[in-house]
Amino acid sequence: MNLHEYQAKRLLAEEGVPVPRAIPAFSVREAVNQARELGGPDWVVKAQVHAGGRGKAGGVRLVHSIAEVEKTAQELLGKRLVTAQTGSQGQHVAALLIEEPSSIARELYLALLVDRGQARMTFLATQEGGVDIEELAATRPEALIKLVVDPRSGFLPFQARQLGFRFGLDASQVQQLTRIMQGMYRLALKLDALMVEINPLVVTRDGRLLALDAKLVMDDNALYRHPESDELFDSTQQDGREITARQFGLNYISLDGNIGCMVNGAGLAMATMDMIKLHGGEPANFLDVGGGAAADKVTQAFKLILSDTRVKAILVNIFGGITRCDLLAEGIIQAAAEVGIHLPVVVRLEGTRKEEGMALLQESGLSLITADGLTDAAVKAVAAAQG
Amino acid sequence: MSILLSRDTPIICQGFTGKQGTFHSQQAIAYGSRMVGGVTPGKGGSRHLDLPVFDTVVDAVRETGAEASVIYVPSPFAADAIIEAAAAGVELIVCITEGIPVHDMLMVKHYLAGSAVRLIGPNCPGIITPGQSKVGIMPGSIHRSGKVGIVSRSGTLTYEAVEQTTRLGLGQSTCVGIGGDPLIGMSFVEVLALFEADPQTELIIMVGEIGGRMEEEAAQFIQSQVRKPVVAFIAGSTAPKGKRMGHAGAIIDGNAGTAAAKYAVLEAAGVHCVHSPAELGARAAALLEG
Repeated sequence: MNLHEYQAKRLLAEEGVPVPRAIPAFSVREAVNQARELGGPDWVVKAQVHAGGRGKAGGVRLVHSIAEVEKTAQELLGKRLVTAQTGSQGQHVAALLIEEPSSIARELYLALLVDRGQARMTFLATQEGGVDIEELAATRPEALIKLVVDPRSGFLPFQARQLGFRFGLDASQVQQLTRIMQGMYRLALKLDALMVEINPLVVTRDGRLLALDAKLVMDDNALYRHPESDELFDSTQQDGREITARQFGLNYISLDGNIGCMVNGAGLAMATMDMIKLHGGEPANFLDVGGGAAADKVTQAFKLILSDTRVKAILVNIFGGITRCDLLAEGIIQAAAEVGIHLPVVVRLEGTRKEEGMALLQESGLSLITADGLTDAAVKAVAAAQG
Repeated sequence: MSILLSRDTPIICQGFTGKQGTFHSQQAIAYGSRMVGGVTPGKGGSRHLDLPVFDTVVDAVRETGAEASVIYVPSPFAADAIIEAAAAGVELIVCITEGIPVHDMLMVKHYLAGSAVRLIGPNCPGIITPGQSKVGIMPGSIHRSGKVGIVSRSGTLTYEAVEQTTRLGLGQSTCVGIGGDPLIGMSFVEVLALFEADPQTELIIMVGEIGGRMEEEAAQFIQSQVRKPVVAFIAGSTAPKGKRMGHAGAIIDGNAGTAAAKYAVLEAAGVHCVHSPAELGARAAALLEG
């Protein structure tokens, strides 16, 4: 689960990380009030969306009067901000952060994340703050410094000293960096965070370190032990169908193609998308109905796929292990009765109770296209979508 | 021969009397797995599926001599269950549970580092040695004893490879689902090493996924240490960046983690790569005949 900048910075501040003075605003009126509260003469108005690349997309603006704050708030709030990371649909702007400008001498990058290979929490840092970190990792990995945290000791100040002196910070700044890194580490443990990122971490002209922008990602699997996550969750930042899917225990990701997919298992679901593409088609979604899918879940999955008007054909690909093919067939029949399926549906069933499932589908009178094996299923689905 | 699991391996189940534990233990017993008991705290002393139930894993190991444990307990309690099994001296721990918090797995990995305990999973179908024993949720009926070793990060894609190798008459020595989570126990490399040393295994099928660096590490290992032919498929060639595997892993790994990058290093290591999972069996058959 992603947090907004204003939420991440508030949480960091509670752990002693210095952040600029700033107040979130959820309406134009609030934006004006917060700007007055902060005092001028200048303000930064920042759109709060779960995506990077806001600056270049016009989502972060320096303004010089209350009237300009008002005008900028009107322009941003309620609109969709399209950045390099959002896709063409953009992200809804429901909140702004009104912030006091900072005088920047240097920009650094500092993140704490879970390194899968090492199975350790690891700090990642570079002197080139504000950059596209993935790009830097790909082109000049030597510019990135990694500091692995040993779980026996937790994060220790010497690691901050190693980093700070290497970056040419003075002794007082290294002390500030130590407090910042300790705060990030505490926060990550406290919130089950997969990533805490400060980008950029700036050195101001008067020599202070300041977290100018921050991102925080919480582990979805650990939200049950963080009741506070309910109020941090922002449903406006998610695809509507993805939210519905989550309610029914379906793993759904919206894509740009026209072949709706319903598959059991994440690996097979990804492989099904790959097969469609291999045979010249484009998947409309990734959908894993999970293990032991019951009829109701299948019906919901069908409704979800059909709610995407771009879908021209549906491919059902099931390898029954715990999932029983006969129950799945019942789900398809139930969905057809409830919502009506007017698109071609290609069905490939394999594994537990395959014959019973196929028999049910044949008796149902639904006009389905049956497929034998993965390749046959993909070829038939691509042909059906081309109509 | 086979790897890790044979008909003689005594197995207990943690979360034995729950719905999942009950159903899959019944299936395992019917398959011929040597189930010797189970653990459900508070139900020690009773019997379930005609087997003894214990309050703790230590009790179960002392009374039954269990060497393996399969875990079906819910995700909030799964890390505790894994470490309980390891602390009790269980050598092979198979964790089926999905949705374990990453920070819990960091603790588990730290605990197990340097120990001889083998953890398979979490979020995996388990392990099966066809005709002998099955520990996990895979459908036993599609397997046949044979010469292909299968190791996979995905459950249903393992079944695809099994179904094809069975249909083509190759059969399987052992199939290991290592799990789809970012932090798991046994890696491709550890399982590949066991298959390389196993006389029954003549060819290895490896099914990977986008994300992480485990396939890259496997490629390096195969190049230097594996003489047997390896056939590989990587799922997720068409998955959009950052959607599923998230941002953090991708950053640390630089350009690695994509299916294209994984295919490239595997090909360079002499692995026989297929771009459709439907071709895994046929490619294996062709290599074994040729």
